[in-house]
Amino acid sequence: MVSNLSDYKTEVHNDWCPGCGDFGIVNAIQMALAEMEIPRHKAAIFSGVGCSGKTSHFINTYGVHTLHGRVLTFAQGAKLANPGMTVVAAGGDGDGLGIGAGHFVAAGRRNVDMTYIIFNNAVYGLTKGQASPTLKLGLKTKSLPEPNVNQSVNPIALAIASGFTFVARGYAYDVRQLKDLIVAAVKHRGLAFLDVLQPCPTYNDINTRDWFAGMDNIDEITKKPLPRIYKLEDTGYDPVVHIDSTMEENEKLTQALIKSNEWDAKIPTGIFYKNELIAPYDQRISDRIPNYLENPPASQEISNNGKPITNISKILDSLEV
Amino acid sequence: MSSIDLTWVIGGPQGGGVETAANIFAGACAGCGLKIFGKREYYSNIKGEHSYFGVRVSDSTIRSNVSGITMLVAFDAETIFRHAEDVFDDGAIVYESDLSQVKADEVQTLDLQFKGRLVKYLDSKNKPATIQGALDAAKERGVTLYPVSFKAILSNLADETGNPKLRGMFRMQNVLAVSVSLGLLGLAPDTLLSSVANIFAKKKEIAEMNKHAANYAYNFAAAKFQKFKHQLSPIPKEPNTILVQGFQSTGLAKIACGCRFQSYYPITPASDESVFLESNETFDIENERPGSTMVVQTEDEISAIGMVIGAALTGTRSATSTSGPGFSLMAEMLGWAGINEVPIVVTLYQRSGPSTGLPTRHGQDDLQFAIHAGHGDFPRIVYASGDTEEGFYDTAKCFNFAENFQIPVIHMMDKFIASTVSTVPRFDVKKITIERGKLLQKIDSEGYTRFAPSPDGMSPRSKLGLENGIFWNTGDESDEHGHISEDPVNRVYKMDKRAKKLEVALQTISKEDQAVKYEGSETCIVSWGSTKGPILDAIEMLKKENKKVGFVQIKLLHPFPADYIKSLLKDVNTIINIEANHSAQLGSLLNEYLDRKVDYHILKYTGRPMTCNEIYESVKKVLDDKAEKKEVLTYGV
Ligand SMILES: Cc1ncc(C[n+]2csc(CCOP(=O)(O)OP(=O)(O)O)c2C)c(N)n1
Ligand code: SF4
Ligand SMILES: [Mg+2]
Repeated sequence: MVSNLSDYKTEVHNDWCPGCGDFGIVNAIQMALAEMEIPRHKAAIFSGVGCSGKTSHFINTYGVHTLHGRVLTFAQGAKLANPGMTVVAAGGDGDGLGIGAGHFVAAGRRNVDMTYIIFNNAVYGLTKGQASPTLKLGLKTKSLPEPNVNQSVNPIALAIASGFTFVARGYAYDVRQLKDLIVAAVKHRGLAFLDVLQPCPTYNDINTRDWFAGMDNIDEITKKPLPRIYKLEDTGYDPVVHIDSTMEENEKLTQALIKSNEWDAKIPTGIFYKNELIAPYDQRISDRIPNYLENPPASQEISNNGKPITNISKILDSLEV
Repeated sequence: MSSIDLTWVIGGPQGGGVETAANIFAGACAGCGLKIFGKREYYSNIKGEHSYFGVRVSDSTIRSNVSGITMLVAFDAETIFRHAEDVFDDGAIVYESDLSQVKADEVQTLDLQFKGRLVKYLDSKNKPATIQGALDAAKERGVTLYPVSFKAILSNLADETGNPKLRGMFRMQNVLAVSVSLGLLGLAPDTLLSSVANIFAKKKEIAEMNKHAANYAYNFAAAKFQKFKHQLSPIPKEPNTILVQGFQSTGLAKIACGCRFQSYYPITPASDESVFLESNETFDIENERPGSTMVVQTEDEISAIGMVIGAALTGTRSATSTSGPGFSLMAEMLGWAGINEVPIVVTLYQRSGPSTGLPTRHGQDDLQFAIHAGHGDFPRIVYASGDTEEGFYDTAKCFNFAENFQIPVIHMMDKFIASTVSTVPRFDVKKITIERGKLLQKIDSEGYTRFAPSPDGMSPRSKLGLENGIFWNTGDESDEHGHISEDPVNRVYKMDKRAKKLEVALQTISKEDQAVKYEGSETCIVSWGSTKGPILDAIEMLKKENKKVGFVQIKLLHPFPADYIKSLLKDVNTIINIEANHSAQLGSLLNEYLDRKVDYHILKYTGRPMTCNEIYESVKKVLDDKAEKKEVLTYGV
């Protein structure tokens, strides 16, 4: 089956604001699915609540638009019950790092083999522009009455600290790179996190497309803008933990954390950290339930002509007086 | 032959092995064919606070605890202080003889409120607030005292077996206490020994040591003391009897009826069920590959129910198990399952609220909450089991309801059932049916819509991964495909479609599954949940006095089967509502639906389950026209 990009698009009317970064992210997801030729019924997109939450309706695979902050819980449940699915969770920065932050951390510890994409616009888009957890301290975006009084959370560092085994950043207007990152994230064995810088032209008048492009930061000599965004791979950065040694791991974790701290003048994109030496959740379960992957919950036969076929007599015998 | 009905209570600090002792005692008696009804009471604490286990033993059917103790066993002072007064006048106290000089003031874990009442009571009997005082007060009433030096027995055992370590093995006192009790109660030691072997089955050496100790203590008691007035004797064993704890019933049913995904966040008294499922996560399937349950301990209850919904969307039978605080957190998710027509089961083991409330104590406080939890109008089923046996069969029914009606089901259980150990007929898997409703296993061509119109409100249900079955879900109102829609016409269609299910549920859930009528009478008790056992036992007690009282147990609480309940009560003059909460939550439902008012409410909210005696006394008051409109029960420590 050859997949066309159009196969992955729905006809649902898209009501995002003109110029919203979300368009680029949805395109990149559709392109990635087409490139990997994942049968439509074998993929499920879960989304949170926010502007970003509408994503699942625009993609022509199974689509589950969940609750504010809870997208990871639904997505993990589905993936654990049917590990044959390609599961992508998507949601806002408020969704994943504010109300859903507990789930974010817990998901990292499990390392379920799926992908989580955060649409990072530093605002609560759908509720009209309040500060999100990623807005920097002291900034006053358009609809804030006063400057932000909270420190921002560093999504990359938090993902690494929580145990995500693939941590990367993309940019909503670099759809090609983003598509590649999504493909890499989906193919990664374990939980992959993708922080996508997503300009919100309506409410975030600070981290705009021009700002990312460095239009306010002109090189004195060339008179050209100095773009803030750059690609880690262009600097020879190697994110992969190649060998199972503490030294190697420490080195890769530390460099990722240091890189994650870059902001303002230079903003790295690409893969920060990748470690496939840590067992994904399904492998941990298979160690206990040997036929888990071959006969997962969603595939198990439970009845025959309306009658149960599970044998519980051993347990009942042990309770017999 | 006089009939057997006695209550044996053992108390001690939490973590001190009280539960093991009670299990051995229950196992030994059940092994002789006797019927068991036991319950554990404990503080929200891990080590040190007082816990106790009461085991009622009888030669005929019992379904509840009684008020009062036939034999109290204590190797700590607190047990005597707390329970001596509750021992029947012709009962007995078996106690560590070392303790007699202990003063109430020296027992750190006796709370001031209780101590105040204790001192007052002993004072009224002219006794000091010491163990000796408490024992003397009991003795004056006729209670037989059996002082035993458990420490000395341990020491003798150590010498005899040349194993000095035994001297310090205080946990072994539990086994000694059971053995001494059974020696006094005259039950031959063979089932005691096999019960000990059974409890320590996984640790051979410890089992041998304990068996030896049990034998020693049994003989010691039989030789040293006169036989106690109340005696146990074996009766013919009913075949296919199991000794089971309440939480195991729902767990076993989940395995049997094909629940293959359970996520949970630890909470008393619900998590025992999840731990049980994880301990039995793999099993055999007839003519199939081995099966397994995926049990996931989540970061909170929101995640627990979120995962359940996600798993249910793959066509997997999925459930969570929780108690009030956790269920509160699940409210928003419940609505999501409702609007998206996802079949999930929430097993709600209630405890006393509000807030953390009495976290390890019993209550039926959450009926109205279960019916109303979550914002917006959406259908759900609330179904309540009356005891352990019902817990098993009802769990299977709840999954059928969930799948038949594509709806969240809240299965009401509670602390009383969860921590009850009782002998019940072996669960019969053949009595279970598995109904999967309109779940599709295959879709041949394109064009599927998840929420297609259907006269009964249920559309054919696809599942994640099914070819040609793609659908969308959203917490927003949605169209037939599951895409967001704010169209007013569509809104009416979807609201009506979902609401229709409750009508169909009332029409199709069998009458016996909706409510059970246990003989009729002009005076009729109406109740729900775990009050069933004590009510039935109380009715038996009343019958012996030629007093007839009816009982209707309502199991389907939402949608409320108003017409059916009305028909069951049509010849009834006096309705007595009985439940373990403060505001008479079923009472308000009855008042709302029955076109008449409940005449009497018998309520209990001490956090302790009702005994049959309490219900017997208060119903008798009603019959004698001496009852208040609202009778409040208070027995138990
Ligand atoms: C429990 C709950 N609280 C509040 C809301 C209201 N709400 C809807 S979207 C949103 C924030 C969206 O921000 P973000 O997650 O960053 O997504 P964005 O719109 O920026 O894509 C909030 C607070 C809600 N839907 N649910
Ligand atoms: S508010 Fe911002 S994030 Fe939301 S659609 Fe408009 S531009 Fe996009
Ligand atoms: Mg946002």
